[in-house]
Amino acid sequence: MPQSLDYLKETPSQTAGPYVHIGLAPGAAGFQIYDQELGQDIAGPNATGERIRVEGLVIDGTGSPVKDVLLEVWQANADGVYPHPEHAGHESVEEGFRGWGRVITNFETGEWAFDTVKPGALMGRNGQMMAPHINLWIVARGINVGLNTRLYFDDEAEANAADPVINVIEWEKRRETLIAKRSERDGETVYRFDIRLQGGDETVFFDI
Amino acid sequence: MTQTPKKQGEFYQRDRRWHPPAYDKDYKTSVARSPKLSLISLENTPSEITGPRFGHGDMTPIDNDLLSNYAQPDQSPIGERIIVHGRVLDENARPVPNTLVEIWQANASGRYRHKKDSYLGAIDPNFGGCGRTMTDENGYYYFRTVKPGAYPWRNWVNDWRPAHIHVSVFGTGFAQRLITQLYFEGDPLVKTCPIVATIPDPEAIEQLIAKLDMNATIPLDTIAYKFDIVLRGRRSTLFENRLEGN
Repeated sequence: MPQSLDYLKETPSQTAGPYVHIGLAPGAAGFQIYDQELGQDIAGPNATGERIRVEGLVIDGTGSPVKDVLLEVWQANADGVYPHPEHAGHESVEEGFRGWGRVITNFETGEWAFDTVKPGALMGRNGQMMAPHINLWIVARGINVGLNTRLYFDDEAEANAADPVINVIEWEKRRETLIAKRSERDGETVYRFDIRLQGGDETVFFDI
Repeated sequence: MTQTPKKQGEFYQRDRRWHPPAYDKDYKTSVARSPKLSLISLENTPSEITGPRFGHGDMTPIDNDLLSNYAQPDQSPIGERIIVHGRVLDENARPVPNTLVEIWQANASGRYRHKKDSYLGAIDPNFGGCGRTMTDENGYYYFRTVKPGAYPWRNWVNDWRPAHIHVSVFGTGFAQRLITQLYFEGDPLVKTCPIVATIPDPEAIEQLIAKLDMNATIPLDTIAYKFDIVLRGRRSTLFENRLEGN
């Protein structure tokens, strides 16, 4: 017998189920229990950069909105810095900038939205710049392992074209699924980002 | 001369054959919600290595006590009083300190406090059904709660979920983000459940079954179950792939 490697196995995932809100956003489940719920303010009051709203739907294989989905957001600030001790320059991140948030749908329509600042570009692997992007993690009933994807911005065409992650996607047509569409509404900047779990325009999901 | 701690590298690849597949025909809701195309494999960048941080300022000490965090003064939820405790570790068997652990569950009659749950089981006015805590410097966490009840759900006509507690954990990087479910040793419904059965490897299922822990049980008070959680580990070799720069 060769020696044993003594690694542990990662705990296997299970679906978050239909009542995920009880644990992660009890206000949405219909009751108040905590002094403060986590993940409701991504950028905080002091963040510099462009204030934006991101909205969309998660759509299942029948074309129907996934009304009980929950998304988590993870993003850098406008300077492209994550508020995390392993990211160079993190001391400079604005006070109150979490970079993380939880996004709940309207249970009747499945529409979701969140307010934040547009992140900056940042260095990826091998000295290659990554275009501004927001990392998303998607859980729901029927999703056995949380789905990871990235949202990029359609007004960053040049940076997107050079982005090393977008370019890993062999099928150019599929890259489009990661690009949010910008518009103006009542003086606000809004990006639309629909996520399709199946179908010809299935969103690209990553194994990170 | 002070030694700087060795910089940790990328996360070990997630073993997708240990986790459930996205699609499982016997868990019907997964059929229309499972991506059909392959996931695109990414090597870690700072976006995956980093992740949100939490602190004790984000919560109050009572948040991990489901026996009291929603109960009226001097009242208590109905059900078997239990402690759920354990450690959050990584695949290198190192503790993961100061990380956020959140749980949610049905009450003792199998009813969730959620506006979308209409099961016959009664709402317990003294039970909210959620809790949260930070692991300590050794990765240790604990909750006090009631044992949840089994409940029926629409999949096949006669499916019942085993008693379970949903568990959400962060780790240090967004790549470690995990939601799972804790089951209880000896529950016969574990073997019948299509959601449990989405996990292909019986050994992996065992990893989700909390064990009765008489040593941590408080005599004449509360029964304990032990549940360790393992998050992805990280490489730390002398021959490190460079994440940034050249």
